[in-house]
Amino acid sequence: MISLTHVLALSGVLFAIAVAGVFLNRKNIIVLLMCIELMLLAVNFNFVAFSRFRGDISGQIFVFFILTVAAAEAAIGLAILVVLFRERSSIDVEDLDTLQG
Amino acid sequence: MTAGVFNPGFFNSGLAYAWPEIFLSLAACVILVLDLLLNDTQRRWSGVLAVVSLVVTAVLVLAHPVATRVVALGGLFELDRMAQILKAVTLLTVAAVFVYSTDYLQRRDIFKGEYFVLGLFATVGGMVLISAGSLITLYLGLELMSLCLYAMVAFDRDSGIAAESAIKYFVLGSMASGTLLYGMSIIYGVTGSLELAGIAGVASNAAIAGNIGLLFGVAFLIVGVGFKFGAVPFHMWIPDVYEGSPTSVTVFIGTASKLAAFALAMRLLPEALGAAQTDWSQMLAVLAVLSMAIGNIVAIAQTNLKRMLAYSTISHVGFVLLGILSGTAQGYQASMFYMISYVIVAAGAFGMILLLAREGFEADKITDFKGLNARSPWFAGMMAILMFSLAGLPPFIGFWAKLGVIQAVLGVHFTWLAVVAVLFSVVGAFFYLRIVKLMYFDEPTDTAVIGGSVLMRTMLSANALLAFGLGVIPGSLLQICQRALQ
Repeated sequence: MISLTHVLALSGVLFAIAVAGVFLNRKNIIVLLMCIELMLLAVNFNFVAFSRFRGDISGQIFVFFILTVAAAEAAIGLAILVVLFRERSSIDVEDLDTLQG
Repeated sequence: MTAGVFNPGFFNSGLAYAWPEIFLSLAACVILVLDLLLNDTQRRWSGVLAVVSLVVTAVLVLAHPVATRVVALGGLFELDRMAQILKAVTLLTVAAVFVYSTDYLQRRDIFKGEYFVLGLFATVGGMVLISAGSLITLYLGLELMSLCLYAMVAFDRDSGIAAESAIKYFVLGSMASGTLLYGMSIIYGVTGSLELAGIAGVASNAAIAGNIGLLFGVAFLIVGVGFKFGAVPFHMWIPDVYEGSPTSVTVFIGTASKLAAFALAMRLLPEALGAAQTDWSQMLAVLAVLSMAIGNIVAIAQTNLKRMLAYSTISHVGFVLLGILSGTAQGYQASMFYMISYVIVAAGAFGMILLLAREGFEADKITDFKGLNARSPWFAGMMAILMFSLAGLPPFIGFWAKLGVIQAVLGVHFTWLAVVAVLFSVVGAFFYLRIVKLMYFDEPTDTAVIGGSVLMRTMLSANALLAFGLGVIPGSLLQICQRALQ
């Protein structure tokens, strides 16, 4: 039987992987975007689990909104990425060092 | 079944309270379509329409003052005095920002309708956030605003530096939203409600007040709020974004989005989680001290004015947090006063950079202000007022703001915090006064005539004089803030 604790542990692990991915990744911005998506999915897991175990539907409604916003966010992120690539011909995280101080 | 849209009660559920938001959304859509029909010489009509719709919306907001908090749309939407004041200030600030930006955008060949449309949608997002009564509307308002701002930062597509700051802003901003959401999901799990009133009701229950899950959620919320505010140690994006984006976008991020961040903090912390006040006070105290320290000290080393103002923002956020963490009505009022006065002054300071900028010249180095007094004594005077105000010298508005938050922390016996705040505001005075020194005692290196339309010059002067006038007679604004948060 899968209990609330199991789901929460899974979502916690997913969230931790996402945060670690953002900070440890030194290679590619696309991976950063994937990590951000993973973070939102971890949150969705939480909401669905709480909603299910509390018998309250509103958490699942919130998940729909998060999914929609995540799609819009991915679109904007990729658009910015295209602009960046046109200017720099590179999407390496290490090349993002013009602004410092 | 008569639920949903077909129920006549749906239209009586308080949609009228959201009329300003609805109007502004429609206006933004109309301007978006109209802009397609205009050619480049007629483009400024988009700007004119945008400013007019902002002012009309501000009138709509202020036309029906509410006496107490009204909850509408099934708990999703809340209208109280604080919301009305913050919305009106946001709308008028954005209108001023649009006026300041027009010349700058035209000279850089990035005068496009997107700037105004995205700006209007970001404003709608800010208004929704300010009036949010539930975690859903809070999140949707925040994201509507943030997504528009990411796009605005990147919209000068030929600037590599803007694209770089946009991607940094996007990644860190999205992470902040993710963290905030994770906190919201924990809070939802502990309290079983998404509505702020429902959360407040359950959280005040003694059995749950010291709940470890609740604390866990609060910690995540604080991280999210700290990111959006730009408080240390979540401030990394602020200097890069301020420096990298076109100045007309920097001024938007530096003013309107700060008001929204303040509303976010007020809705989440005192309103929904007032019961856990002792816990989040301690966390905010750490953020406030670090922000005041890092912001004021690092600002001294800057040579770029936009970057210096970015660190100055970070330090001012520290002061705003002081009022919130005191957890009293007096503290919240002081914070609100601080935020509004900071926004007025910051709009003016970035407006000065926009005024001095010309084709191929950003005027964003501190040395670009050398000898401004010889070139234009009037605008040197205006800039001096703004800098004195940021430094917190009496009788300018920044002094009363600082006095208010320091009194608030003294009121709850955080004497050490008050001492820290005073010390760092002395440190901060140095780099603001350095600009005044450059303007009055150095020889100008640049002798170009100062441009700007008559409208922009008038608005900018009025803005600076407002910072002075409200400093001499702070009573009216203080009273507004007091009545907003009793």
